[in-house]
Amino acid sequence: MINLFTEPLDAFCGGFFLLTAIGIVSTRQILACLRLFVIQALLLVAAALLIGVKLSSGDLVAVAVITFVTKVVAIPWVLKLSAGSEIYAQREIDQVLNIPLALLISAALVLFSYFVATPMVTAVGQPFTDINLPIGLAGLVLGAFTVTVRREAMAQLIGLLVMENGVFFASISIVPHLPVIAEISAAIDVPVMSLIIGLLIRRIHKRTGSTVVSELATLRED
Amino acid sequence: MWQSILFNLIQVAVVVGLAPLVEGVLHRMEENVQSKRGPSIFQVYRDLWKLLQKDEIVSGESSWIFRAAPYVAFVMPIFVTLLIPVLTRYPLFFAFMGDMLAAGFLLALGGFFVALAAVDAANPYGAMGASRTRMVGFLAEPVFMMVFFTVSFTAGSTIPYIVQASWSAVPGGFLEPVHILVILAFLMLILADESRIPVDNPSGQFELAMIGKSKYLEYSGRGAALIKWAGCMKLVVLTCVLCNVLVTPWGLAAEHTLAAVLLAIPLVLFKILIFLLVLVIIESSLAKLRLFRISEFLSAAFVICLLAMVTRLMGS
Repeated sequence: MINLFTEPLDAFCGGFFLLTAIGIVSTRQILACLRLFVIQALLLVAAALLIGVKLSSGDLVAVAVITFVTKVVAIPWVLKLSAGSEIYAQREIDQVLNIPLALLISAALVLFSYFVATPMVTAVGQPFTDINLPIGLAGLVLGAFTVTVRREAMAQLIGLLVMENGVFFASISIVPHLPVIAEISAAIDVPVMSLIIGLLIRRIHKRTGSTVVSELATLRED
Repeated sequence: MWQSILFNLIQVAVVVGLAPLVEGVLHRMEENVQSKRGPSIFQVYRDLWKLLQKDEIVSGESSWIFRAAPYVAFVMPIFVTLLIPVLTRYPLFFAFMGDMLAAGFLLALGGFFVALAAVDAANPYGAMGASRTRMVGFLAEPVFMMVFFTVSFTAGSTIPYIVQASWSAVPGGFLEPVHILVILAFLMLILADESRIPVDNPSGQFELAMIGKSKYLEYSGRGAALIKWAGCMKLVVLTCVLCNVLVTPWGLAAEHTLAAVLLAIPLVLFKILIFLLVLVIIESSLAKLRLFRISEFLSAAFVICLLAMVTRLMGS
C-alpha cells in the first residue's frame, strides 16, 4: 500500500515544496515567511522519510530525523530567542522589486531550473529524481533570489535556509545513501549560522534601530 | 432520451433550488465563527421571497440594458449548469456544446451585462464598482486562460466531463504537483471572481470600499432578487467545477438510473459543505487587501498556474 503511493506522495510533497518557496519570495510578513519555512522543512522531512522507507535506506531516515530536529524545532526556537522582537515587530519586508515582478522572475527561475535539471535526471537514473531534482534546484535558485531581492536581514537569512532546504531536497533523491556525517555537519552548521545571524541582527537593530540592509551602507565610528 | 432530459432538469433544479441554501449555510457558518448566532440557513429564501413581492423601481433615464441585465445574469449560471458535471459522471445532452472556457465566458457575459447596467443607472457608486470589477476581471483573465491551458495539457481536453474522468481514473496523477498548483490557482481565481475576502469584503456595507456589491445598489424588487439569486447560483456552479472536476472527482452518479442521480445530490452537497468550510476559514483568517494589492494576489495566482504548466511540460 505505502509502496504503491510513495511516488505520488513524494510528488505531492514536491508540489507544496515549490509552493512554499514561491510563498517565501512573495510574502510581506516575516512571521509568515518563517512559518512557510517551517512547513517547507516539514515537507523535506516527509519526502526524506518516504524515499528512505521505499529504498530501505537508514541514512535517509536519519536525515529526516535530523532535519526535523534542526529545522522544524531548533531554528525557529533559536531565531525567536536571538531575534524575537525582530520577528514580531516588523510588519512588512522591504523589497527591491515589486511583488508581481519578483513573482514573474521566480517563475522564470523555476523554468530555468527545470531546463537545467531535465538532462541531469536522465543521467542520474534514480527513481525519484524526476520530481526531486528540478524542485530542489528550484528551491536553491529561489532561495538565492530571496537573498538578493529582500532588503531585510531576517528575510535574507530565511532565503539562505531555503537554499539549504533545496539542496537537501535534491540530494535525498540523487544519493539515497547519503553519509550521515554530511547531514550531521549541516545539522550543526545551520542552527549555529542562524544563531549567529540572529544575534547579529539583534545587535544591529539595537545599534541603528533598523535592519533594512539598504540603509546600512555607511560606516560610522564612535 | 427522456431519461437524459429528466436528469438535465434535476441537475438544473438542484442548482437553482439549492443555491440560496448554500449561501445561507455560508452566512450562518461565517457568523458562527465570529461567535455570533447568525441568521437561519433559510434566510436567503425569505429574502428572495420578500424581494419578489416588492415593487420594482426603474429610473426613467435608464435604457433597456438596465432592465435586461438581471435576466441575463440569472440565465447564464443555468446555461453553465448544462455544460458541467453537477450530478452525473457521464455526459448529458449539452456536455459537448461548450468546454470550461465557454462556461467561463458565459459567466463573464452575465458579469458584463451587470457592469453595463451599473454604469447605465448613472449612480456614481455603480460606475466605480463596475470599473473596479473590470480591473479585477482583466487581472483574472490571464490566470483563467492559464488554468485552462494547463488543464488541457494534462487531460487532453477542456470538456469538464473528460477532465473529470481523466483525474478520477488515475489515483497517482491526483497528487502530482501540476494538480495541486492548478487547484490552488483556481481557488484564488474563484475568490477574486466571487468578490470574496482577500479581494473584496462581501458583507461590507460601505459603498466607497465595495467592488462587487456596488453594482447592484440601484436594483430593487424583482431585479434585486434575480441578481442575488444569480450570485448564489454562480457560487454553486463554480464550486461544482472546483469540487467535481478538479478536487474530488468522485461520488457522482455512474449509472443511468434515477436512484443513482438522486443519491448523488447529498454527496455533492456534502462536498460543497466541505468547500464552504475552507471558504469560511479563508475569509475569517485573512484581511481584505488594499485595492492596488489585488494585482499582487492575482499575479501570485498567475505564477502558480505558470509553475503548474512548467512542472507538467518539463517534468515528465
